[in-house]
Amino acid sequence: MSDTSLIATPTRFRSATEESPAARWGMIIFAFVGLSILVFAPLIAVFVVALADGVAASLKSLATRDAREAIRLTLTIAAISVPLNAIFGVAAAWFITKFDFRGKAFLITLIDLPFSVSPVVAGLCIVLMFGTNSLVGGWLVANGYPIVFAMPGIILATMFVTFPFVARELIPVMIEQGRAEEEAALTLGASGWRVFFTVTLPNIRWALLYGVLLCNARAMGEFGAVAVVSGKIRGQTATMPTTIEMLYQEYLSVAAFSLAAVLAMLALVTLLLKTALEIRHADQLATMRRH
Amino acid sequence: MHIEIDEISKQFGTTAALTPVSLAIPSGALVALLGPSGSGKTTLLRILGGLEFPTAGRVLFDGADATNLTVQERRAGFVFQSYALFRHMTVFENIAYGLNARPRAQRPARAEIVRRVTKLLELIQLPDIGARFPSQLSGGQRQRVALARALAIEPRMLLLDEPFGALDAKVRKELRQGLRDIHDTTGLTTVFVTHDQDEAMELADLVVVMSMGKIEQVGKPADIRAKPATPFVREFIGA
Repeated sequence: MSDTSLIATPTRFRSATEESPAARWGMIIFAFVGLSILVFAPLIAVFVVALADGVAASLKSLATRDAREAIRLTLTIAAISVPLNAIFGVAAAWFITKFDFRGKAFLITLIDLPFSVSPVVAGLCIVLMFGTNSLVGGWLVANGYPIVFAMPGIILATMFVTFPFVARELIPVMIEQGRAEEEAALTLGASGWRVFFTVTLPNIRWALLYGVLLCNARAMGEFGAVAVVSGKIRGQTATMPTTIEMLYQEYLSVAAFSLAAVLAMLALVTLLLKTALEIRHADQLATMRRH
Repeated sequence: MHIEIDEISKQFGTTAALTPVSLAIPSGALVALLGPSGSGKTTLLRILGGLEFPTAGRVLFDGADATNLTVQERRAGFVFQSYALFRHMTVFENIAYGLNARPRAQRPARAEIVRRVTKLLELIQLPDIGARFPSQLSGGQRQRVALARALAIEPRMLLLDEPFGALDAKVRKELRQGLRDIHDTTGLTTVFVTHDQDEAMELADLVVVMSMGKIEQVGKPADIRAKPATPFVREFIGA
């Protein structure tokens, strides 16, 4: 047997975890078809219906006072509740992962509570706590600070529903990173705050960013809890999701879907922002993971 | 600096990590805390560094009670088992961290920090790696950077937790000599934790053999080899 015959018949080896080409393509196609039916098609449908009467009609519906107020309210709610929840989430994750104490498991369950409680129930809880007929709510209303059917109630409801996003994203990352780097910084003479800002925060920044983006998407999209608490007063306490629902119930489909398209675009912008950041800091992300 | 450990005990919940132990470490000595895992050697080291506080007993630095000093006040150069380098900072920033963390009045000027870090990089014989990130270093290089970072704060003592644990045999031998040299140059009282009796015997002036939260024997390597005090020591050092 000569050398050339060995070279002429190369054997293609497949690694143990690699599937056959047929299986690979089958799964890729399956995933794409599934995604198209479940995600892409409905998203496209929203834009198609929104533009059914032309761009002008769509824009006109968005220019009405109610629509503008709804957009303004939703952005304001997100701008207030997301930063607050980012701070609470970091504090909770820090507390849970850096200290050992009794009742830790209970605290983690509490953080998860908003995931398991229906948003409508959460909204009702806030109405019971702060409504005009409650002790606290009655006093607050009497002193000119209404919670329910007003902005504070909507913020409370949004914060309750979106509370777990940041903490849930941070806890596994912080557990995996351990306490050694923080301890090292302490032995080098750094104060607690300095350790947090120069060691902890840089190490969790990506997880924090994902958490904040998820939190933001949900804060803008929350319907159930806000619908109960806000009273859906048009031009005052109706957010984008509740306004969309009301317009749809009134068969104003162009108006409803135009506003829905704006909401979807806000979500897409957050996603694009995340991807752009990932591409820009790809080398940094790789360094963090390799270490 | 002379270190005295006076009847220190430590409880974690219901388990005793250290039953009262006492030990005097002479100034400038290179001491090994030797023992199997769970013997309490790392707990003792962390108590010295102020990362753990004893349930009872006292720690004295140069005769002064240091039991309640915070970790920052102790100024102990601590090298962690997996080095705990700051992964998002360059080697230079890692070493400069302790100097930058000082209160403004005591912080050296920028040029002085650069000068000191450069000097430390020369001391660990890695003068050209200042701009790299920890993930771009080998295990042996990381360990040396961790040592330089600990030395940068001008520590009163050097504490090392299994400093050679994560390295292969050849690098381990080289770095042993490196630690000996740095100890001899700086003259710092140095305590390191190890479970490797060869390492302890070869490197240390004084070996402290520990088991189950107790000190079994303290002595020069030759004395421990010649006269093991207990059956445990005899078996552990394989004499």
